[in-house]
Amino acid sequence: MNFDYDSEQDDLREAVRGLLSRAYADSEQRRTVVKTDPGFDEKTWTRLAEMGLLGLPFAEEDGGMGAGPIEVAIVAEEIGRVLAPEPFIETVVLAGGLIAAVGTAEQKGELLGGISEGATIAVFAHAEPGTRWTPTAEGVTATQSGDGWTLTGVKEPVPSGARADVLIVSAAIDGGTGLFLVQGDASGLTRTGYRTHDGTRAANVRFEGTAAVALGAGGDQTAAIERALGEARIAYGHEAIGAMDTALRTTAEYLKTRKQFGVTLNKFQALTFRAADMYVSLELARSTALWASMVQDCGGDVVSAADRARLQVSRAGRHIGKEAIQLHGGIGVTAEYSVGHYTSRLTAIDHLLGDGDWAADRLAATVTSYETVDPLGAPYA
Amino acid sequence: MRLQLSPELEAFREEMRTFFTTQVPQEIRDTVAAHRHVSKEQYVETQRVLDAAGLAVPHWPVEWGGRDWTPLQRHIWREEMQLANVPEPLAFNTSMIGPVIAAFGNQEQKERFLPKTANLDIWWCQGFSEPDAGSDLASLRTTAVRDGDDWVVNGQKTWTTLGQHADWIFCLVRTDPGAEKKQRGISLLVFPMDSPGVTLRPIELIDGGFEVNEVFFEDVRVPAENLIGEENRGWDYAKFLLGNERVGIARVGSTKSMLAEAKQHAREVSVGGRPLADDPRMAARIAELENELLALELTALRVAANSADGKPHPASSVLKLRGSELQQAATELLVDIAGPLSLASFADDGSDVPDWARVATPHYLNYRKVSIYGGSNEVQRTIIAGSILGL
Repeated sequence: MNFDYDSEQDDLREAVRGLLSRAYADSEQRRTVVKTDPGFDEKTWTRLAEMGLLGLPFAEEDGGMGAGPIEVAIVAEEIGRVLAPEPFIETVVLAGGLIAAVGTAEQKGELLGGISEGATIAVFAHAEPGTRWTPTAEGVTATQSGDGWTLTGVKEPVPSGARADVLIVSAAIDGGTGLFLVQGDASGLTRTGYRTHDGTRAANVRFEGTAAVALGAGGDQTAAIERALGEARIAYGHEAIGAMDTALRTTAEYLKTRKQFGVTLNKFQALTFRAADMYVSLELARSTALWASMVQDCGGDVVSAADRARLQVSRAGRHIGKEAIQLHGGIGVTAEYSVGHYTSRLTAIDHLLGDGDWAADRLAATVTSYETVDPLGAPYA
Repeated sequence: MRLQLSPELEAFREEMRTFFTTQVPQEIRDTVAAHRHVSKEQYVETQRVLDAAGLAVPHWPVEWGGRDWTPLQRHIWREEMQLANVPEPLAFNTSMIGPVIAAFGNQEQKERFLPKTANLDIWWCQGFSEPDAGSDLASLRTTAVRDGDDWVVNGQKTWTTLGQHADWIFCLVRTDPGAEKKQRGISLLVFPMDSPGVTLRPIELIDGGFEVNEVFFEDVRVPAENLIGEENRGWDYAKFLLGNERVGIARVGSTKSMLAEAKQHAREVSVGGRPLADDPRMAARIAELENELLALELTALRVAANSADGKPHPASSVLKLRGSELQQAATELLVDIAGPLSLASFADDGSDVPDWARVATPHYLNYRKVSIYGGSNEVQRTIIAGSILGL
């Protein structure tokens, strides 16, 4: 076993860090970008594509790079480090992951090729008002019509839903939940975008007899959705680790420079102890996130590993996010200063695909069915 | 990055598991599993079984019984031992004074002490803490004054764990009271506990047990040859020794074994006609603890698997802090599962309350110690804040 990156992975990390630290050299640059639609920088998106990052996990015959979950984790962590608002996980991991998992050869070639080139932004329209974090769909139903399908109902919030070129939509079918492709310019499709608290974008997406094509062979895709959500939860975990790392480092730096009562804040043990506890939370979450990616890499139980990572990262994100603001004092809640935005993004990550209590409940449901958790044994390795 | 153990390490893990579960007497492992006090005879018997198989001191130099294992092998060895409820080789011997003598003792001292230390023919105790020098160890006041071929020791030690069983003590003493820094002028002496002038007084703890003691020294004469290493360099040896003490202190295997036990009992205790384990709040509490423990185990593996240049991995400072918190949380969980049954703490074997529930609260109270010894958790936070965050 080995928790260290190899030299190629180190190089990848340095390259991504270089690109993103130029694009988002300070929080002012990010504020400028997220102020206007689509909430991210199209030029940065193109550069990510040129570096091969948008095709990272896809097979080479589909236009991708044929890399694995560790490489995806590296990119996600660097995104979190500077709060880059580009929809990498939404497009590559979630929508791309679904296409790669269930799409036909033709769909994969066309869509994954487009995503890899940076030409197509695809997102997964799955969340529905009134339900939370389930792998199934109820609020949108699919009806067969001739060779194709039509969709009716509402999805919200859909991350980057207004900007997306293609939507992968989950919809209720007889006997389960199916997956469908909807083009952004389809008739009967209404998209109303808005800003979310973390500076990104989401949308209300309304289907009224909207024409759709089944993704892959059709039929119930609940298991594939559950798996893709698990993979995305792991990737968001790494994004959160990057964000927590920066939030902690920013806070430690502040404690060393900010003076109160004639001395720098790091002279107050009450404050340094709280910073030490933030470090403990971060490193425990980091270990769990790295492990979950390794479980994915070796073909273990991704869904369960993702729940475990989600729980640990969620608790750590809440802890570090809130403490980062508190240890800064009033400046921590100002829009001009960076640290509050990290807390906002960590909060958003918590609610995108499942928070800590949700993950704990899922783990609790099976807690008596095994004796001990062995991270190196079945079902994980 | 790779999750799986290599086939060699997988076989190693299996070999350890088989040895610990078949070669260490069941009765001794049951005592550990039941959180009952392990007797001196049980410790000695276990360590001799391990030593005979070359498993008592694998981290020592090969010349003195070490195995030249990787940190990851040592981690697996320790975890499997804890999972099998094997009493670990006495830390005072194998993690503390043994490595110090191997590193800093002279050849005569090595030959005289090391084989007996590994085999627990000598039971060592630690003479470090004093009433006014706990975490602030450098404030110690026990003195040793040179008189001819002897040192004459006067003073008092406290929190001397299992000192009642000890044959010898390794003791920090002040040999140069005029040294400019209080860390200077301290030396490391070893001497038998039955030396004239040594008095041991047990301290009763809130769990009703006696595992720590006060030790008083009145004109104890220690031959000069019992000085370990150089005069006035005891502080360096203490730091070396305490560094070893923190290795393996996360005690993941032991806590894992407690959580498995807690789940078992939670199935047996019935509340409102259903097992306590099915109560969503209890199930979630167990799930959260298991996940925290998983995170700790993975961090311990990250540290152990890190092969970089012998420098301590920064995350290693998390292990003692979080490890002690989770050990305590597991004992607290067991108390809460026992509920009212836990009040029968000192009932005898005629009681209808099962043994695990009777021992739960004394065990919980006893485990308040783990966030205090080995560098209190506040000391660990100071280390993290200072040396990692630069605060």
